[in-house]
Amino acid sequence: MLSDLHKHLLNDYQRDFPCSEQPYREIADDLGVSEQQVLSALTELSEQQFISRVGPVIRPNHIGVSCLVAMAVPPEQLESIAEIVNSYQEVNHNYERENRFNLWFVVIAANQTHLDQVLCDIEQHTGHTAMPLPLIRDYFINLGFELNLHD
Amino acid sequence: MLDALDRQIIQLTQAGLPLCPEPYAEMAQQLGVDAETVMQRLRAMQTDGIIRRIGAVPNHYKLGYRYNGMTVWDVVDDQIDILGAKVGQLDFVSHCYHRPRHLPEWPYNLFAMVHSKTETGVQDQIDQIAAILGTYQRSHEVLYSTRILKKTGLRIEAR
Repeated sequence: MLSDLHKHLLNDYQRDFPCSEQPYREIADDLGVSEQQVLSALTELSEQQFISRVGPVIRPNHIGVSCLVAMAVPPEQLESIAEIVNSYQEVNHNYERENRFNLWFVVIAANQTHLDQVLCDIEQHTGHTAMPLPLIRDYFINLGFELNLHD
Repeated sequence: MLDALDRQIIQLTQAGLPLCPEPYAEMAQQLGVDAETVMQRLRAMQTDGIIRRIGAVPNHYKLGYRYNGMTVWDVVDDQIDILGAKVGQLDFVSHCYHRPRHLPEWPYNLFAMVHSKTETGVQDQIDQIAAILGTYQRSHEVLYSTRILKKTGLRIEAR
């Protein structure tokens, strides 16, 4: 179960995590708890996978180049093809989605040439077309996501 | 531009900041610099917009948001920037992007990720986006993720 402290940490610290020598102490002081309580609560959130981490979120395409890629593969081959795709360290995440285009993954590479090479390689190894959907513009303005933790 | 130290700092934080009293000092030690340098680099990357935010990265699914839909829309090109900005401001939209169409099989150029605890919640969110897009939207689909096949932090090894 999530305590009030967990909820505060989840909702109020998606941004503006202190960039100071003792950031957890700073949070603890803000919330009126001890530094150890903050550290324990964050460890619990992390271990139970309520958060994937506490850290910087990097803006896409500011470090290397990335590209969303979709493939339409026969359902019975999905797992074996996903295994091939996942074997590339340039593939950052990979989701199965309910659609004719059922495999969706992100490729991140140091430069465009390398990215194109990875896509070409994946097409050759899987025998299926990879549809590149690179970002043209990012409209995301909100920082952090307001979580409803009350129901 | 980012230098080698900036990249190392980002690399080191992708698994998360150390959960210890002085996390920046701990990172600094691994990198052979001082804590002040690490903090200053992180602040500079935030100012430059390379780092969007520093904080807890929630796992929506685990927090009860079982319905994570990628909504995709075919929006009239000359309106997409205005409308995309409006959709991106909705508080239930976590990502909103303009991406290229691939005709004829993929007519959609606007992507918005929505998250809800219920199926009806997602439908309501889709309706709200549809209302914003109005007649500038020709068609849309919602793609639910059925399985996470791979999920790793950002890797930036240069090659």
